[in-house]
Amino acid sequence: MISSHSFGDNGKMKDYHYTGPVEHRFSPYAFNGGTVLAVAGEDFAIVASDTRLSEGYSIHSRDSPKCYKLTDTTVIGCSGFHGDCLTLTKIIDARLKMYKHSNNKSMTSGAIAAMLSTILYGRRFFPYYVYNIIGGLDEEGKGAVYSFDPVGSYQRDTYKAGGSASAMLQPLLDNQIGFKNMEGVQHVPLTKDKAVQLVKDVFISAAERDVYTGDALRICVITKEGINEQTIALRKD
Amino acid sequence: MALFDVSGFKPYSELRGQILPAGQTHLVDRTNHYAFGTKTQEFAVPLGVDPSGFLKSCNRDGGVCIELNHGTTTLAFKFRHGVIVAVDSRASAGRYLASNDVNKVIEINPYLLGTMSGSAADCQYWERLLAKECRLYRLRNNHRISVAAASKLLSNMMLGYRGMGLSMGSMICGWDKEGPGLYYVDDNGTRLSGRMFSTGCGNSYAYGVVDSGYREDMTVEEAYELGRRGIAHATHRDAYSGGVVNMYHMQEDGWIKVCKEDVSELIHRYRKGMF
Repeated sequence: MISSHSFGDNGKMKDYHYTGPVEHRFSPYAFNGGTVLAVAGEDFAIVASDTRLSEGYSIHSRDSPKCYKLTDTTVIGCSGFHGDCLTLTKIIDARLKMYKHSNNKSMTSGAIAAMLSTILYGRRFFPYYVYNIIGGLDEEGKGAVYSFDPVGSYQRDTYKAGGSASAMLQPLLDNQIGFKNMEGVQHVPLTKDKAVQLVKDVFISAAERDVYTGDALRICVITKEGINEQTIALRKD
Repeated sequence: MALFDVSGFKPYSELRGQILPAGQTHLVDRTNHYAFGTKTQEFAVPLGVDPSGFLKSCNRDGGVCIELNHGTTTLAFKFRHGVIVAVDSRASAGRYLASNDVNKVIEINPYLLGTMSGSAADCQYWERLLAKECRLYRLRNNHRISVAAASKLLSNMMLGYRGMGLSMGSMICGWDKEGPGLYYVDDNGTRLSGRMFSTGCGNSYAYGVVDSGYREDMTVEEAYELGRRGIAHATHRDAYSGGVVNMYHMQEDGWIKVCKEDVSELIHRYRKGMF
């Protein structure tokens, strides 16, 4: 969330002003940007992310999507520090395999969410700098979205945005999907096509105003038929 | 294996490790471990740094901003007909509102409830662990755990990690052989039994409201209204509390969920008496 830094104590502005001796020390974390979004519908779920990987003023890659497929019915979106995202997804994959081998079935979305919560809490004192959102179908075939904080607190939602542009996207989703702050509007349930179009519009807006979001948009649509992936171009500047 | 875990039987190697001084500690301070923590839970710790100040120190470097979900007002009080538990539903991460509909009451079992305030992850994790321990107790001893014992288990868990930066203020409410029980447990290991508690950053506002309206012989409807008012007024004045009021009533035969009401609507209803 960049907004909290422009007025905050130590943003990039300070680098160009001499304010006295500053202690420099190794930081185990870096911020690699990126935005993730997930929406749950009646019988589908959508997980979308941009594909820009940045650090400071540079762009490392324009083709680094942040959605990772876990099972046939679950996709996770991870943004924050790319190193921790990679390690975390490796650990989740290993745990999924272990579960498959000892229980002879795939983990359900709710079970993956509960497991991720304990994995993240195991690093309570040295957290994974990752904002996770899981999207998938629950046991009844309904869409489910689970959102996490870096140390494992989680809850089930209908829609959630995470990552650098989350503070810009979440109010827009509250209005369009949650019908907040609107009067006299019919609460129409969200169809899959309308949801995909909304996600595209929302990311186009995010790319306009957030420097860390852009390049391309990867959308994963999860239905009982499987996971369908599409890539749409966004602003590259 | 399941029976192995439930019976509490410890293999010889584990016991030996505990008796002899070179035993394993729970804190694994290698940061590159891939142990997965499936058999026993392990906690990674940053090397050479005080864990409680570590996260704050990382927040200064180029763009890194790790904010954990926080904040709340919760209250609970005992009266003639049981225990009322009322909580708000806001979770904030720094200045950003992460969620406005978090459930801050953990249903441990049909006779035990735990509330959450402070760091959301700490409360969720340790109270879920408490639920597991209460279930194991029931299976091993063939009777339900008492509220005093459950709160003591939680307080000992907190004492094990005292000084490491955990943040949790919880109330354990239940009904056991001694009648209705209410205990306050926090991250310092404090454990207090009492008639009324309120925790979180909005607690002073809630105390004011509940203290002025409390009577031991209230009717059930009056008690519900008091709990609702306490949370509604606290959310009105405290920036870090808000959302909806989730209210539970602990009765002799278990708890019931009373209501889930939006605080803005409650404040509109009370407005006549306020200004």
